[in-house]
Amino acid sequence: MTVEAASLSARHSGQVPGHHQITFVVMLALLTMAPYGFYPIFLMKVLCFALFATAFNLLIGFVGLLSFGHAAFFGFGSYLSAHAAKVWGLPPELAILSGVAVAAALGVVIGGLAIRRHGIYFAMVTLALAQMIYFFALQAPFTGGEDGIQAVPRGFLLGVIDLRNDLACYYFVLAVYLCGFLLVYRIIHSPFGEVLRAIRDNETRAISLGYRIKLYKLLAFTLSAAISGLAGATKALVFQLASLTDVHWTMSGEVILMTLLGGLGTVFGPTVGAATIVTLQNHLAALGSWVTVAQGGIFILCVLVFRRGLVGELGRLLGNRQF
Amino acid sequence: MADDIMLETEGLTKEFKGFIAVSDVHLGVRRGTIHAMIGPNGAGKTTCFNLLTKFLPPTRGRIRYRGRDITKADPTEVARLGMVRSFQISATFPRLSVLENVRIALQRRRGGSFDFWRPAKALRQYNAEALDLIDMVGLGDVAETTAGELPYGRKRALEIATTLALDPEMMLLDEPTAGMGHEDVGRISALIRRVATARTVLMVEHNIKVVADLSHRITVLASGRILAEGDYDQVSRHPKVIEAYMGTDHAA
Repeated sequence: MTVEAASLSARHSGQVPGHHQITFVVMLALLTMAPYGFYPIFLMKVLCFALFATAFNLLIGFVGLLSFGHAAFFGFGSYLSAHAAKVWGLPPELAILSGVAVAAALGVVIGGLAIRRHGIYFAMVTLALAQMIYFFALQAPFTGGEDGIQAVPRGFLLGVIDLRNDLACYYFVLAVYLCGFLLVYRIIHSPFGEVLRAIRDNETRAISLGYRIKLYKLLAFTLSAAISGLAGATKALVFQLASLTDVHWTMSGEVILMTLLGGLGTVFGPTVGAATIVTLQNHLAALGSWVTVAQGGIFILCVLVFRRGLVGELGRLLGNRQF
Repeated sequence: MADDIMLETEGLTKEFKGFIAVSDVHLGVRRGTIHAMIGPNGAGKTTCFNLLTKFLPPTRGRIRYRGRDITKADPTEVARLGMVRSFQISATFPRLSVLENVRIALQRRRGGSFDFWRPAKALRQYNAEALDLIDMVGLGDVAETTAGELPYGRKRALEIATTLALDPEMMLLDEPTAGMGHEDVGRISALIRRVATARTVLMVEHNIKVVADLSHRITVLASGRILAEGDYDQVSRHPKVIEAYMGTDHAA
C-alpha cells in the first residue's frame, strides 16, 4: 500500500477539520456575547434568516438543486407555528415543532414533484408550486389573509422560561439556530452527504453505480424544507407575526441572494450572507424601495466579482480551505 | 449453451429522428470472456452501450442479462443486477478526492447510504479496501488528490477502480485506454485481463493492440450493424472489416 490508511488526512478519516472547529467556537462566542452590543430583536432576525439560508444551502450547495420555492416552507412553517401558539394554545416548543412537521410534509410533496425535472425546470416547478402555496395562504381563513396572524404569544418555553423577555428569547433562538446548523453540518458530513456530493458532481455516474438518486434528492429536499420550516416557525414566535411576506416569492429570492453572497456550498457562508443582507436592510430601510436596488447591485457584484461568495473567497485566500 | 450467455440481445434497434444508430443487433456475450466491440467512429458502439445499460430505451428488440429480460429495466436496476459500466467521457466525481470516488462505490454495495445522522467517520471502514483498489490501478500516489485535477488518463484509471469497487459480475468498459500514456495502457490492459478472470467484460476499444491482446471475441460494428464477429484472426481477415477500416494501420 502506497498510502497507509492511518496517515490519511482529517478529511478522509472523517474528523471534523480543525479550522471548522475554531470558526465554530469563534462564531459561538460572538453570538453568545452579541446581545450586549446589538438589539436582540435584530439578532434574532439574523439568526432566523441564517438558519433559513443554511437549510437552503444544503440543497443548492451540496446537491446542486436550485429551489425557487423555499419561501413556501419558511412561510408555511411560520403560519402553522403562529396558529398553533395563538389558536391551539400550544407551548412554543410544540408550536415550532408543528411548523417543522408541516414544512417537512410540504417538502415531500413539492420535492417529490420537482425532482422529476432537472435544472431550470426543477426551479420552475418549485416556483409554481410555491406560488400555489402563496395563493392558498392568501385565501385560507386561518392565515388571516392580508392581515396575517398577529399578536402571537411567545409563551413559556417548557412551561418555565418566559420568552417575552427579549434576552431569554434570544438565547432560545440561538439554541434553535445551533441545533439546525449542527444538523445540517452533520448531514453534509455523513455517509448520506457523501452520496449527495457525488450526485451533485456527476449524476449519471451515480446512477451507473446503482444509486437510486431520486430517493436521495427527495430526502435532502425534505430535510432542507423541514429546517426552513424550523426557521420560519421560530421567526413567527419572535416577531409574534406570520404574514404573507414570508410565503411570497421574493422571500425565495432573498434566501438565494443570502446564500450566494455568503458562498454556495460553504459551511458558514449562508450565516455570513444572511447577517450581511439583514444588516443592510436595516441600515438602508430609510431608502425605501432603494433597498431592492441595492440588493440587485449586490447580486450583480457577487456574480461578476466574487462568485465564491464572501466566505468562499476568504477560504481561498486562506490557503484553499473550505469554511 | 444458453446458460453460457451472460448478456444477449435480439434485434436491438435504436432510431433517432430520421437516423438509425443501431440496427437489428444480435449480440451474445459469453460468461467469463472478454468481448470487444470495435468499429469506425459513429458505428453505434456507444449507443449500444447506452442501450445495454438502459441509459437509452431501445426502439425495438430485447435485452437479456443472465437469462432475465432487462429490456424495461432502468439504469439503477441494471447496475444493481451486477452489470456496471464506465463512460467514454471520463466519469468521475470531480470535486471528490480519488479515495472518496472509490469509497462511494463501496458504500453503495454495503448500504447505509441514507444515514444522514451518522458522522463521516463511519466511512473510514472503507478506506483500506478503497486504497487497495486505488493501488491496483496505479493511483496510490494521488489517493488524496481531487479527482478533477487528475490528467485524463489517470481519470480513466480511477473510473475503472470505482467500477471494480462494486465487484460487478459484468463490466462494460467504454474505451478504457483512450487518452492514456503508453505505460498506463499496458497497466490497464493487464488489469483488465486480471480482473476478467472472475467476470465478464464487454468493451469498446480503439487501441487494436489492446483488443488483439485481450479479447476472446470481437464484434465489428459499422453504421449500426454487425459487420463481422469472431476472434481476432477471423475478424482481421474479414474483407468487409478491412474495407471499413481502409486507411487505418489496422487494415495493413
